[in-house]
Amino acid sequence: MASAETTPQRTFPQLEFTGAEAGLREFPGSRSRAYNYFTPQKLRATMYEDVTFDVQPDPERHLSQGWIYGFADGPGGYPKDWTLLKSSDWHRFLDPNEEWEQTIYRNNSSVVRQIQLNLENARKADAYAGWSSGWVTFVERNLGAWMHAEHGLGMHVFLSEQRSAPTNMINNAIAVNSAHKLRFAQDLALYNLDLSESDIAFDGGVHKRTWQQDPVWQGVRENVERLTAIGDWAESLFAANVVFESLVGVLFRSHLVMQISARNGDYVTPTLVGAGEHDYDRDLRYTRALFRLLTGDETYGAANRDVLQGWLDKWVPSSVRAAHELQPIWSQPQDRVVTFADSWAHAVSGFRGLLSDLDLSEPKGLAQ
Amino acid sequence: MSRQSLSKAHKKITELSWEPTFATPAKRFGTDYTFDKAPKKDPLKQILRSYFPMEEEKDNRVFGAMDGAIRGNMFRQVQERWMEWQKLFLSIIPFPEISAARAMPMAIDAVPNPEIHNGLAVQMIDEVRHSTIQMNLKRLYMNHYIDPAGFDITEKAFSNSYCGTIGRQFGEGFITGDAITAANIYLTVVAETAFTNTLFVAMPSEAAANGDYLLPTVFHSVQSDESRHISNGYSILLMALADEDNRKLLERDLRYAWWNNHCVVDAAIGTFIEYGTKDRRKDRDSYAEMWRRWIYDDYYRSYLIPLEKYGLTIPHDLVEEAWDRIYNQHYVHRVAQFFATGWPVNYWRIDPMTDRDFEWFEEKYPGWYNQFGRWWEEYSRLRHPGANKPIAFENVGYEYPHRCWSCMVPCLIRSDMVTDKVDGQWRTYCSETCAWTDKVAFRPEYEGRPTPNMGRLTGKREWETLYHGQDLADIITDLGYVRDDGRTLVPQPHLDLDDPKKLWTLDDVRGITFNSPNVLLNQMSDAEREAHVAAYRANPNVTPAA
Repeated sequence: MASAETTPQRTFPQLEFTGAEAGLREFPGSRSRAYNYFTPQKLRATMYEDVTFDVQPDPERHLSQGWIYGFADGPGGYPKDWTLLKSSDWHRFLDPNEEWEQTIYRNNSSVVRQIQLNLENARKADAYAGWSSGWVTFVERNLGAWMHAEHGLGMHVFLSEQRSAPTNMINNAIAVNSAHKLRFAQDLALYNLDLSESDIAFDGGVHKRTWQQDPVWQGVRENVERLTAIGDWAESLFAANVVFESLVGVLFRSHLVMQISARNGDYVTPTLVGAGEHDYDRDLRYTRALFRLLTGDETYGAANRDVLQGWLDKWVPSSVRAAHELQPIWSQPQDRVVTFADSWAHAVSGFRGLLSDLDLSEPKGLAQ
Repeated sequence: MSRQSLSKAHKKITELSWEPTFATPAKRFGTDYTFDKAPKKDPLKQILRSYFPMEEEKDNRVFGAMDGAIRGNMFRQVQERWMEWQKLFLSIIPFPEISAARAMPMAIDAVPNPEIHNGLAVQMIDEVRHSTIQMNLKRLYMNHYIDPAGFDITEKAFSNSYCGTIGRQFGEGFITGDAITAANIYLTVVAETAFTNTLFVAMPSEAAANGDYLLPTVFHSVQSDESRHISNGYSILLMALADEDNRKLLERDLRYAWWNNHCVVDAAIGTFIEYGTKDRRKDRDSYAEMWRRWIYDDYYRSYLIPLEKYGLTIPHDLVEEAWDRIYNQHYVHRVAQFFATGWPVNYWRIDPMTDRDFEWFEEKYPGWYNQFGRWWEEYSRLRHPGANKPIAFENVGYEYPHRCWSCMVPCLIRSDMVTDKVDGQWRTYCSETCAWTDKVAFRPEYEGRPTPNMGRLTGKREWETLYHGQDLADIITDLGYVRDDGRTLVPQPHLDLDDPKKLWTLDDVRGITFNSPNVLLNQMSDAEREAHVAAYRANPNVTPAA
């Protein structure tokens, strides 16, 4: 045991008043208290702009030595030819959701807390006991299958895209989109686990078979898998958020599950799926802003519209087919509140509105 | 959530992935590694239901501390010497952070393990957090510290300064080239597992000693995410080790990544800690002592060496060489001297060293004064304008260095400089390993094996080339490092803000021509170049006694 004599005396940094606070002296530059290397959208930069702009450098802005590491077959960094679309200035895109650290965690924490509270209350209230066997089957199979679609988009479409766009503003918005999808997929999976552990006869494993083998879901699975295989980041963003989500995602979540759950005695599922819809509202907001900027570009707008029109021709038929192959599930619940035709009409109406916002024409296959 | 339910929940979310049959995810980023024989290794269990509230709580603590720092007027007690170096550090670090987010799909593309994908996806979100929380810290400094100039131009300066390329390797290296080299070995196995210890643990403790408790608040919060990232990296490393074909690549990449991280991170963080502090207590650990503890003992001995049991050859020689450079060859001090020499093209102010600093350096690094002491005395003597030029253009016995083509830190341990004609151009390297990096590692073939996915060194790699033969005043104007009066420089070789006459302006640096050592080297005849290189290597670069 060390004696007091042999223990070295600890020392501590000395506190010193330095007067290094703002405003104590006037000198050139002493009032320059705003980031001055980008032009904010409004008079004063938002927090979002301050923490996002130019963090990903660009040889066309300030990066004077260029990218210092390249790929074997091309330049490094964020080459603009990783998409067919062109912009006079990619940096004009700002995320209307203004996502940064605090918004990401506040929003998603609110959602998971709300969901956990709902599930806890549902357990206490024995809320699943009153479900008909038909509704149990609907949830275990169809909601179960859908969570794979959300996961596939989050993990292999959006997460992948956020490596590739030419600005930090675009990539961060897509990264948040990816987080939404992954969280929502997990929300559904853990809901599935809760139901498996409840007193009702719920098969927590059938979702895998449904997703991989049930003919009504194979169109959706094929659509999702083909979305993951796209190399052009903007094409996959467009085909996922504009086409697939409008015609399949919104159709399933908003115009089926949200409409019929309550009538089938289920007040829990809409609270989860509604959170997914809320995520998509946010994600569609940035997607719309990005593609509007590109279709309205003073130099490249017309060419971009041509490219997007081509992508519509390529991707709308897949999503139309996926949606129509889902049609049988509209007949599965006991209480059929909506018909497929009504749901489809709502989804198509929303999609048409979106195309109109983007100044794009309706593709041929939509009227099917 | 209890541990048991966390495990159950984690098992459940692994059901979300499936084997695709219609189409497989696009392989945007290739790798020469193979994972055909890899057992699935499971990283730390993380589910988003618990992740988001956990991070929100961490955020709340950070933002509470920020409010407290403002209300308590922390800036009354921060050392300007310290804060000025933060203008450089905080201009660099948000880019590597966001690059780490961008690197995640590269690793996901390369590694066929859905359980690891989940961990990597969470890491992506973490990295967006880190980048924006650091930008916000800098914004707070800009708003509340006495001299905001340099913070106000931060990301532009990072993009166009001579220091940016040193720091940028620590981000571009994550996102370019072979997916496993970049996103696993360089980023996670070396940068995050080894060097975040000095970045996010050692440096914040020095910040606190200099009156700044916000940097520790933010960076310890960041560091608390790193253990999950380290787990991701280790899982992938073990998977890669399962295939004998990967062994040579792993050994190549460990050598490159270790050495490049040493060159780049030790240069920067070593300088911030040793030359940014006013804390000269003799029992305060030096950077070398911190390095020995955090990197040599904690990383090399506890993490790298145990990998030998898998048959992997560890770069023992390079670890020892890095230590030798830091402790015996005064690597960090040479870098600090270079930063101070180049002050006119910085975007922060550098405080001269005093007798108290000299005494501490000599105690911690015996022989320091003989190598650097008189130069710092000259730096102090020449700190004000009027009677002299900036020190780089006065005859103080300091020869401006060549820059290393690979790590872009100058060739400061001069006897180690390697010169070679590569791809039709004479290039200089700080060390044999950096020469190997360019000539051997970053090539489409390695030890007779095709490596078609390995990256390339690109860009205008010597910053000085951009401004060869130009007037210093024009260069600073072009860089934008001028204060809002249109004439006073952002950088100053001192901290004296009390008298405007002590502040250098464009007029004080006009008429000085700036040259590129690499351009001049390539203009030399073979005989001239040989003589020049021999003299360079032999020159101790010591300021003579007056």
